Amino acid sequence: MSSAAWDVVIVGGGPAGIAAAVRAREASCAVLLLDDNPGLGGQIWRGVEHKGAGREAREWYQRLRSAGVTVMRGFRVLHRPEPNTLLAESRCSVREIRFSRLILCTGARERFLPFPGWTLPNVIGAGGLQALAKSGFSVNGKSVIVCGTGPLLLPVAAYLRRRGAIVRLIAEQISRSSMVRFAARLGTRPGKLLQALRLMSELQSVPYCFDSWPILAKGEHCLQSVVLKKGDRTVELECDFLACGFHLVPNTELAVLLGCELRDGIVRVDQWQHTSIPNVFCAGEASGIGGVDLSLIEGQVAGLAATRQWRKAERLFAKRERNRRFAAMLEKTFALREELRNVPRAETVVCRCEDVSLSQIANFRNWREAKLYARCGMGPCQGRVCGPATRFLFGWNFESVRPPIFAAQLKNIASPESATAERDLFQGAKQ
Amino acid sequence: MSEVALVSINGSWCAVEPHTSIAAAILRAGVVGFRRSINGDLRGPLCGMGICFECRVRVNGLQHVKSCQIECESGMEIETDE
Repeated sequence: MSSAAWDVVIVGGGPAGIAAAVRAREASCAVLLLDDNPGLGGQIWRGVEHKGAGREAREWYQRLRSAGVTVMRGFRVLHRPEPNTLLAESRCSVREIRFSRLILCTGARERFLPFPGWTLPNVIGAGGLQALAKSGFSVNGKSVIVCGTGPLLLPVAAYLRRRGAIVRLIAEQISRSSMVRFAARLGTRPGKLLQALRLMSELQSVPYCFDSWPILAKGEHCLQSVVLKKGDRTVELECDFLACGFHLVPNTELAVLLGCELRDGIVRVDQWQHTSIPNVFCAGEASGIGGVDLSLIEGQVAGLAATRQWRKAERLFAKRERNRRFAAMLEKTFALREELRNVPRAETVVCRCEDVSLSQIANFRNWREAKLYARCGMGPCQGRVCGPATRFLFGWNFESVRPPIFAAQLKNIASPESATAERDLFQGAKQ
Repeated sequence: MSEVALVSINGSWCAVEPHTSIAAAILRAGVVGFRRSINGDLRGPLCGMGICFECRVRVNGLQHVKSCQIECESGMEIETDE
């Protein structure tokens, strides 16, 4: 099971990872790209390997295929057993992967804010519903309310409509005046402005409400209706799905496991996308939420810098800076408002894995106490959902990490070298 | 896998398009409750991207399979808590 060392290993096959791999290969070294999904593309380029994503995605994917990058799909990194070595498991096997340089492109996940009824089936992430739709679930004829904040709500709503969903409403939590100020600033970004106008035109028949957010999801066994605060009023609307998008949270667990420093919850990197740990780089959403354009640039810088192609990397700095400034503006415009902290009630579940309610943790001083005394964050998601929620609600810092960073098969951690015969998990169990 | 897969969901066999995730197939079949929480409440997929663990179901008898990150293959017997 031991293997030769790769020159560059990239964890995460979304836009940043794909771009990093393509540029790293220009130095003619051995490059391995790992991803935990059955296909590459991450979230925004999901389905790129079977024609499911846009033109830019397919172009980068073709470049990846031509570049001679080795790809391991369906592999999830669990921990770092030795320096410069990762342990990754798939459904059938476990591998130790040795690297000279590592690029973390682990992306981001959605932030979920608890509110009464949010645990009902069919209350789902905005990106989550889109991911399921891209993975074969038909939303045709289903009614959807999209809620949350930020520009991501628009492409999600547009995508669902194109697939036949009835988008009843988009509920944005910021105020109308905040949006007007943002729109004025878009004048300096004609490309983004055009994107926004196209989406708005596509969605012109969908009500778009400001100062709006869900306060209660109702239903017997699954979602049937949603009560929304809508400006000064409260309305109840029936729907099949409530798609919630309250920003993204960087997936920093692997970086933290490796000892990388964080700053405000994101992996701190220098101009070369180099982290605080020698030979470990980070690019894309994990080093700061900024969308696909920024991820592509950062991925390229990381791939080039990891292979000492400094001049080529420098040429991307100006574009990266412009994109980072835009991302900072977005973050400021769509900051979550205080009132959202008052939406969950005492009995609202905060930790979904362990069914821990708000009242059970509200009096603790920090994340560690909530974990130890109430089991909040001790379930399979390891705090990936309730961690960001409790940071928003209470200001807690949830970033301690211990291996394995994903729930794993015991045999793969206990004695990976003895996991000799590869055996498909699913075949073996049926006896 | 680039052909239609025949999978069973809570005892009913159905055909799914290539590259359909188990989670998508379950929802297509009209099943919304994937697992029961500690307090017995039905739960369905939340994040769609492998981090929330709400989409866990039994596949071929094996528990805790994250259905949103595995594609359907012919012969899979999928069971939910609903």
